[in-house]
Amino acid sequence: MSGTPQKSNRSLASLNALLSGMELPESGPWAQAARADALTRLNVVGLPARRDEYWLFSRPDTLIQPEPVTAPLFKDADDAAVFSDIDQLQLVFNDGVFDADASDDLALAGVEISRLADVSAGDNHWATGLYGVLETNGQSPVSRPLAILNTAFAPDGILIRVTGKAGRPIGLKYNQVSENSDAMLHHVVQVEAGATLTLLENGGGAARLNTVLEVDVADGAAFNHVRAQGRNHERRAATHIFARLGAESVFKSFTLTANGALTRNECVVDVLGDNAIAHIAGAAVGDGDFHHDDTVFITHDSLNCESRQVFKKVLRNGATGVFQGKILVKPGAQKTDGYQKSQALLLDGDSQFLAKPELEIYADDVACSHGSTSGAIDDGALFYLQSRGVPLGLAQDLMVLAFMADALQEIEDEDIAEDIRSHLEAWLVRRRD
Amino acid sequence: MLNIKGLKVKLEDEDKVILKGLDLDVPAGAVHAIMGPNGSGKSTLSYVLSGRAGYEVTGGSATLDGIDLLDMAPEDRAAAGLFLAFQYPVEIPGVGNMTFLRTAVNSQRKARGEEEMSATEFLKTIRAKAKTLKINADMLKRPVNVGFSGGEKKRNEILQMAMLEPKMCILDETDSGLDVDAMKLVSEGVNALRDEGRSFLVITHYQRLLDHIKPDVVHILANGRIVKTGGPELALEVENNGYADILAEVS
Ligand SMILES: Nc1ncnc2c1ncn2[C@@H]1O[C@H](COP(=O)(O)OP(=O)(O)OP(=O)(O)O)[C@@H](O)[C@H]1O
Ligand SMILES: [Mg+2]
Repeated sequence: MSGTPQKSNRSLASLNALLSGMELPESGPWAQAARADALTRLNVVGLPARRDEYWLFSRPDTLIQPEPVTAPLFKDADDAAVFSDIDQLQLVFNDGVFDADASDDLALAGVEISRLADVSAGDNHWATGLYGVLETNGQSPVSRPLAILNTAFAPDGILIRVTGKAGRPIGLKYNQVSENSDAMLHHVVQVEAGATLTLLENGGGAARLNTVLEVDVADGAAFNHVRAQGRNHERRAATHIFARLGAESVFKSFTLTANGALTRNECVVDVLGDNAIAHIAGAAVGDGDFHHDDTVFITHDSLNCESRQVFKKVLRNGATGVFQGKILVKPGAQKTDGYQKSQALLLDGDSQFLAKPELEIYADDVACSHGSTSGAIDDGALFYLQSRGVPLGLAQDLMVLAFMADALQEIEDEDIAEDIRSHLEAWLVRRRD
Repeated sequence: MLNIKGLKVKLEDEDKVILKGLDLDVPAGAVHAIMGPNGSGKSTLSYVLSGRAGYEVTGGSATLDGIDLLDMAPEDRAAAGLFLAFQYPVEIPGVGNMTFLRTAVNSQRKARGEEEMSATEFLKTIRAKAKTLKINADMLKRPVNVGFSGGEKKRNEILQMAMLEPKMCILDETDSGLDVDAMKLVSEGVNALRDEGRSFLVITHYQRLLDHIKPDVVHILANGRIVKTGGPELALEVENNGYADILAEVS
C-alpha cells in the first residue's frame, strides 16, 4: 500500500466513466469547498483497482462501475425489522432519499440534528470542521477512494451535534425501493465533551450503497453505534467510518451483516486523547453468494488507551469472509492495549476466510495482540449436545451463536444486543436442514 | 431394558475391530457393572450405543425396550431414554450450562410429545438438584464444563442425568477424578435415581464405586467381548487379583 498510488490509464478511464454525467450535488454551501477538494483528491488517487494491495481480497469492480448491479427487492417476510422494539428517533431514507413523512421530527433533547442536503444552512455550519476532514485524515497511509467519492457526491446525510446526553438513540433506516438504486449518504456526528449518543443504522438502503460516517468523540464523550446492513442477498455496499477520539472518550461500533453479495466495511479510528477506548466489532453471516470484508485501521497516538477489534464470520455454501485489520501504535503511545480478534466458522468446505492482521508498533511499553482463526464446528461438542437430546440443527445453531457471542458482547445496550442476537438466531433457523 | 446381541464394531476409518460379538442384557430396574482392562472396548460400547460417529457396526443388534437403537440419531436415542455420562465430558465454550440443560430437557420433551418445562419450573428443579450435588450457582452459569475441574465435570454429568431422568443410564468411569467425598455425593445422586423402571450400566475400574452403587451383576469385558458374568463378588476378585486369572480361565 502506498500514499500516492500511480494511476494507470485504466484507472483513469474507470474514474472518467463513473464521473461522466455526475455533478457535485447542491447541499449546504458550507460543504461545497470540501466537495470540490474531494473531487480534486479523487482525480489524483483514482478509483480502487484489483491490483491495489488494499483490494487484494475484494473486487472493487461492482462498486465503481457506472451502473450498479441490479438487486431485486427483498421481500422482508413477516418478521419484525431489526431495532423495531428499540425506542428511537427514526430518520428514514428510501434509496438514499430522505423521507420526511416517514421520519420523526429532527428534534431531540441534548442534540442538534440537520441535513446535509439543507441548502438553507449558512456558511457557518459547525460540521464544516468535520465534513471531509476526518475522511481526509483517514486517507493516509492508505487511500480510500470510495470515501473521497462519497465526500464529493453524497447528496444527503444527517448532521448530528450532541451537546448533552441524547434523550434516546437516533436510528437511521435505509429502505431500498427500486432494484437499480445507487445511493450515497454522508453523516457527520460531533459528540461534544461529556456528551453521549447511540446511533443505529438499519437496512440495505439501495442496490448499491456508499456511506461515510465521520464521528468526532470529544473528551469524556461516548458514542455507541450499532448497525444492521439489511437482508437483501443481492445488494452491494461500501461503508466507511472515520472516528477521532478525545481523552477519556469511548467509541463503540458493532455491525451485523446478514446476506449481501458484497460488503466492504472500512473503519478508521484515530485515538488522539489519553485514556480513550475504542471497540469495533462485527458479526457476519453469509450463505452462498456473499462476500464480506472488514477493513479496520486503528491508530494509537496517545497514552494509556485501549482498542479492541472482535470480528466473527459464519460462512457456508461458498461464502467468503475477509478481514484486514491494522493497529498502528505511534511513537510515544505508551501503555496502549490493542487487541484484535478475527475468526471465521466455516460450515462447509466451500467457504473461505482470508485474513490479514497487522500490528505496527513504535512504542515499547504496549500490549498488543492479534489472533485470526478459521475452523469448523467442533464435532465432539456437537455430539455431546446431541447425546443430551438436542437435535442436530439446534445443536449447530447453539454452537454458532456461542461462536459469535463475544462479538455481540461488545454491544453496550443489553436490549439492542438481544435484538441483534434474535435476528442472528432467526437467520440460522431459516437455514436449518 | 437394554439388549445387546452379538454386537460387532470396527472403526470407520481403519481396519481396527473393537467389539467382537458382545452380548449383554440389562433388565429394567437393574444395576449392572462392566469392568475390564484398558482398551478392551468399554467406552466404545458406550459411544456406539449413544450414536457417536466414527464407528461401523458390522454385526449384531442393540435395542432399548425393543426398539432398535443403532438406526437412530443420537438425539433420538436420548429422547428414547438413553443417557451416557461421558468418561471425558466435553467443554462447550460460549454455551451456558443452564441454557444447555434447559435446551436438552425441552428438546427431549418435545421429541416425546410432552409439554415443555417452564422457565420457573426448570429453575426450581435445577437449583434443588444442583444443591444435592454441591454444584454452585456459578457453575450453572458458566459455559458447559469450561474451566471445571475433573471432579466438577463428573458431578455435572450426574446433574444432567438427574435433570433428564433417562431410563437407561450408562456411566463411563464416572468415579475417575472424584475425591472420596465427591464419590459419595455422586453415588448418592445415582442411588436416588434407582427405580424399578430405570437401569444402570456402570463402567468402572474400581470396586470402590461399587461399594456405594451396589450392582446386581458384574460383567468382565475383555478384547471386545463379555467374557465373564457374575455377582458383586466378581468385582472383589478383580480388585484383589487383577484380570490375569479371569482371562486365563476363559481363554
Ligand atoms: N477413534 C478411535 N481411533 C483409534 N483407536 C480407537 C478409537 N476409539 C477406540 N480406539 C481403540 O479401541 C480400543 C478400545 O478403546 P476404548 O476407549 O473403548 O477402551 P476402554 O475399554 O474404554 O479403555 P479405558 O479403560 O482405558 O477407558 C483401544 O485400543 C483404543 O485405542
Ligand atoms: Mg474408557
